Amino acid sequence: MNLRVLGALLRKEVNMMKRNPLIPRIILGLPFVVLLVIPLVASFDVKDVGVTVVDNDRSQLSRRIIADMDATAELHVASVSSSFAESMEMIEEGEADVVLSIPPHFSRDLSELDVEANGVNAIKGTLGMQYVVASISNTLTRWRVENGLMIPDNVTSVVDRYNPTLSYRNYMIPALMVFLIIMICGFLPALNLVSEKESGTIEAMNVTPVSRITFVLSKLIPFWIVGLVVVTIGILVGRVVYGLVPLGSPGAIYLAAVLLSLVMSGLGVAIANKSATMLQSIFVLFAVIMIFQLMGGLFTPVGSMPQWAQYVTYAIPPRYFNEIMRAVYLKGATISELRMQYLCLTFFAFVALATAALTYRKRA
Amino acid sequence: MSRVIEIDGLSKTYGNIKALDNVSFSVEEGEMFGLIGPDGAGKSSLYRILATLLSPDSGKATVLGHDCVADYRILRKLIGYMPERFSLYPDMTVSENLNFFASLFGTTVKENYSLIAPVFGQLEKFPDRRAGDLSGGMKQKLALSCALIHRPPLLLLDEPTTGVDAVSRSEFWDMLATLRRQGISILVSTSYMDEASRCERIAMIDHGQILRVDTPAALAASVSGNLYNAVSSDMFRLLEGLRKLPEVNDCYTFGATLHVVINENFNPEAVVSRLEDGGIKDVSIYPAKGDIEDLFIKLTRNDER
Repeated sequence: MNLRVLGALLRKEVNMMKRNPLIPRIILGLPFVVLLVIPLVASFDVKDVGVTVVDNDRSQLSRRIIADMDATAELHVASVSSSFAESMEMIEEGEADVVLSIPPHFSRDLSELDVEANGVNAIKGTLGMQYVVASISNTLTRWRVENGLMIPDNVTSVVDRYNPTLSYRNYMIPALMVFLIIMICGFLPALNLVSEKESGTIEAMNVTPVSRITFVLSKLIPFWIVGLVVVTIGILVGRVVYGLVPLGSPGAIYLAAVLLSLVMSGLGVAIANKSATMLQSIFVLFAVIMIFQLMGGLFTPVGSMPQWAQYVTYAIPPRYFNEIMRAVYLKGATISELRMQYLCLTFFAFVALATAALTYRKRA
Repeated sequence: MSRVIEIDGLSKTYGNIKALDNVSFSVEEGEMFGLIGPDGAGKSSLYRILATLLSPDSGKATVLGHDCVADYRILRKLIGYMPERFSLYPDMTVSENLNFFASLFGTTVKENYSLIAPVFGQLEKFPDRRAGDLSGGMKQKLALSCALIHRPPLLLLDEPTTGVDAVSRSEFWDMLATLRRQGISILVSTSYMDEASRCERIAMIDHGQILRVDTPAALAASVSGNLYNAVSSDMFRLLEGLRKLPEVNDCYTFGATLHVVINENFNPEAVVSRLEDGGIKDVSIYPAKGDIEDLFIKLTRNDER
């Protein structure tokens, strides 16, 4: 490999990238847009559950239950009706998510309460129900103590570790950085190479004495740097906008980012080598990236997949990067603690780069 | 080394299309050799094999003494290839493209400027213009400069004048003549028959087969003698009338006149009077000097019959 030739090729790539009206904007703009907008719109946080109460008791206790519920941060009482049918109407119209039925003479008998939730949005239904039950049991415990009916013996306290506020953002932002590296470092080198095929410039390249390793490296190296830029933007936006500071070292994040960029850019170039047109390469890449995103544990945890699918995820490189990002960001894990993940990523990087170099053919 | 290109029984098939069918010819050192044929004749496939970009199905091609398949690494350092499609980077400027290709071959523009000067001369005035913004003729001059930057002893030019205006085309051929005088052997292809006369020898190719290889003069002479010009005030009826005559083998439009290929029974005066009896006015028939195009039409029509 000739370093002077590689230098000339890299200067050419940088020149081309700068002159392209779109590419630099995508590289700098996409991370900002994704990190600023997506955490706001794609949130699984259950914040505002509407409760409709069928109050057949109309007692001091039932009013206290309702008032306490309304005072809970995650809940608001949408209506207090006198019949179950009326409350179901609220659910059907989407005004409320949970129905609480308080039977007649509840404060005298302390009989059973009935809580029903709208299961269409499973997460909101389940969590909403839990919030409602927790709120009621809280009120009832205090009421019993006040009325001398019982003495509190044990109090359960729940603390969520690593993500104390259970904010979906903290889970999401490291995942979005994975998403960005997959997109930018996978698509751009592939499109760059296929566009050389489409415009015919690759013909002039192929008759030069440039070796294929040198040529493939000139297509890959710029995107490793782009991968670092994307992660830097991600860390900065996460810190400035969302106040999310990685507990672990930035070095651990950068190392993982470089490895994933190697995997993705190698994969992109390998796919481009095998495609004749832009359209072909886009479709193949899209299929691969789709599987990477849905099975890599970005948005849904690997642990909740069926067992066979969990085995499949071992073959999906973003899975490791994802684990590294979350562990470093939220738990402060170190490189040596995550060495298995780093080793797996390194292995995939080697495979992807070897495939990229070997599938590039100067002669048809 | 007296032969810069030696091709022996070269064949290449794409699916069931025969792009090259047992092609054999050779190019002498210092020669300007033309490859003449219509689009789809197999010219580009042949070039891609010689430029080490394509493997032949069978046959052997030797360029500058090196085998095109086995010694591709050596050949890529030696030959200057200009593909049919403009293949420089359109977003890079004139000088960036030139410097880029120079460094890929491990040389500099300065070192070889004397060689490209006659070609690059006009481009010197705008080194910062992007290659994509150049006119067709200028693009080809830049592409030729880039193909020349490493002083190749052999230039492979695939249809360098396609899509270029007549003046630039003529200029381009003048440059090739200059380069040839400097000792560079040139294999150039074209589908413009009039350009063939600029070459020392030409090979006529059609449907992947070499039809003839000879000097342009000898090839043109082979069709003269039984070729006549015909004109009248109604060219269309004249064409129809002539094609019906038994002593006319073929008749086709050629510029402003008709070219008539005759057999031994042909008598110009008798034919004129017969046509005028048929109501076609101002008929005049006189011997024509044949050229490459006539030969091409003759050879390809025989092929169809």
